[in-house]
Amino acid sequence: MIQKFANPARFIRLSQALLPWMAGLTLAFAAVGLYLGLVVAPADYQQGESVRIMYIHVPAAWMALFCYTAMAIAAAVGLIWKHPLADLAAKSTAPIGAAFTFLALFTGAMWGKPMWGTWWVWDARLTSMLVLFFLYLGYIALVNAFDNPARGIKASSILVLVGFVNVPIIKFSVEWWNTLHQPASVLKIGGPSIHPSMLWPLLLMALAFTTYYLWVLLLRLRGEIIANKIRVLRLRRVHGQA
Amino acid sequence: MNRFWSIVRRDLRLALRQGMDSLMAVMFFVIAVVLFPLGVGPEPNILARIAAGVIWVAALLASMLSLERLFETDFEDGSLELLLLMPLPLEAVVMAKVTAHWLTTGLPLIVAAPLLAVLMNMDGDGFSVLVLALILGTPSLSLVGAVGAALILGSGRGGMLLSLLVLPLFIPVLIFGVSAVDAAISGFPVRAQLLILGAFLLAALPLCPWTSAAALRQALE
Amino acid sequence: MALFSGDDLLCIRGERVVFAALHFAVDAGGALLLTGANGSGKSSLLRLMAGLLAPANGRIAWDGEDTGEDPERHKARMHYVGHLDPIKPVLTVAENLRFWAVLKTGNGAAAGGALEAFGIAHLAGVPGRYLSAGQKRRLNLARLETSPAALWLLDEPTAGLDAEAVAGLRNAIARQRSVGGMVVLSTHAEMALDGAEVLDLGDFSAATQMTPAAEETP
Repeated sequence: MIQKFANPARFIRLSQALLPWMAGLTLAFAAVGLYLGLVVAPADYQQGESVRIMYIHVPAAWMALFCYTAMAIAAAVGLIWKHPLADLAAKSTAPIGAAFTFLALFTGAMWGKPMWGTWWVWDARLTSMLVLFFLYLGYIALVNAFDNPARGIKASSILVLVGFVNVPIIKFSVEWWNTLHQPASVLKIGGPSIHPSMLWPLLLMALAFTTYYLWVLLLRLRGEIIANKIRVLRLRRVHGQA
Repeated sequence: MNRFWSIVRRDLRLALRQGMDSLMAVMFFVIAVVLFPLGVGPEPNILARIAAGVIWVAALLASMLSLERLFETDFEDGSLELLLLMPLPLEAVVMAKVTAHWLTTGLPLIVAAPLLAVLMNMDGDGFSVLVLALILGTPSLSLVGAVGAALILGSGRGGMLLSLLVLPLFIPVLIFGVSAVDAAISGFPVRAQLLILGAFLLAALPLCPWTSAAALRQALE
Repeated sequence: MALFSGDDLLCIRGERVVFAALHFAVDAGGALLLTGANGSGKSSLLRLMAGLLAPANGRIAWDGEDTGEDPERHKARMHYVGHLDPIKPVLTVAENLRFWAVLKTGNGAAAGGALEAFGIAHLAGVPGRYLSAGQKRRLNLARLETSPAALWLLDEPTAGLDAEAVAGLRNAIARQRSVGGMVVLSTHAEMALDGAEVLDLGDFSAATQMTPAAEETP
């Protein structure tokens, strides 16, 4: 099953068929999700209209973690089974994950302004998100640091696995640090009894972000495969194997 | 074991004969800390409040910068390739090099730390815990840094890239190292923090040489 | 069946097929001379033999057993001289040599005589930074004499050597082969060895064959 997708030519054909679906699903989920979130769902009695930032912030934070997990799985598959598409998937996921992380941080700051009167608060969740953002940046820097792209991918695959093991440790440390320095934060949404009118837009937006991720991932993978092909052709010319 | 110690001895000898390299880490450590009173002003209360954090952050940066060359010279002159072909596991080679590195840079940092604590007006109760926390924490920094140093081999990017890779991973050590000192100064028990630092070290001891060795094998392919 | 052999080897470096369907065989006391143009894969083949690289296809066997099965044993029976000289500038010639001898054998014995064989005994106390390129090469080659090993893998060993040192190397190779050891070496310069087989890597380059990489292009 996995071997089927290893063939780049087959993958290009398959992704060609999937791309319009992903684009359509993303737009549909986002349209309904945003309508429910921004129009239908009630404003919070404490936080007012600014609570609606949640419908972007929370799914973005989920996706930030989801993408890092996906990278770690892809890296492990690439290292263990030497699967070329898995390697490329890890590499292609990184910028998308970093973008989601940045979106989560940005909306978190926007939420912070009306809530706490300041753009940035060293809240445990925001701080962990910031560290995750640095982990993404380190990965992206490493994967592009080598003249030989294969070496960059392998080195950064190890890095993402090391980072993945460390994420829970960092989270634990930051929470410990946070309880020492600050009382519990306001940025607690949900809880046991979240109202369905808030849950639905949240889930729809999460779905929209997921399909968006798959859409962009497919696009990036196609780009990587084509770039690889160009590199091989160039090498052949250099070594007289045209 | 004979082979292991011969690598440690060689690296120590290299560090001693090159002299400045290992001294530079300590000098960086001292000057980085000294910049803070100049930056935030010499009020004793403020300095005492930030002393533990400043010393730990400077120690983090000093050991990170010195780790940059951990494998690089051996990589460039072909020694690393040959070490891989010697009849001992590459993990042991990494462990030996990290041991030598810690002895030449981590240990001097620990010796210099109380002096800096005086300059930073740190409360006397914190001194012993600061040293203890550094003893438990700096080997973890060397071990985690070794993974980063192995990953960047051959990129020609060096310190900048290394800091981007390993500084986020140093955060847990920083948090618990500083928290231990702060707790000691305010008269709280420090057992939990020190135990956690010890746990980090115990986890890093087997995992980091193993990961570094994997990264080195890739770098040498 | 040859003691040390490679079967149907495929080597891919940086997405390029360096050589394919390569076979080699060396017997006890034998020598194999690798020739070929730049980029034909002489160094890559030596690195495959040493276990620094894994072949993309095929197997390398010692006495019928895959060398990848027990890499520690393969390392113990081999001396590898790459194209870099692993010499530390602040250690003396004797210290440099002793370090590698200890790592190889587990004890510091048998370092004497190695320096004489390559005519650098008088440099024993000199730090590595003062050595010329040729002297560094000699010191690197002197490792061969510090402990017996069944297999020598030499990557361009004559690079930078003068006639006297080449003669010393030739003697060392002859001694190694006379006690049943094997030598594989790559060379640009003419380095005739009695009864050595010659393997021209140009014969296995992807240009002269149908390559797997060529099949996958749509």
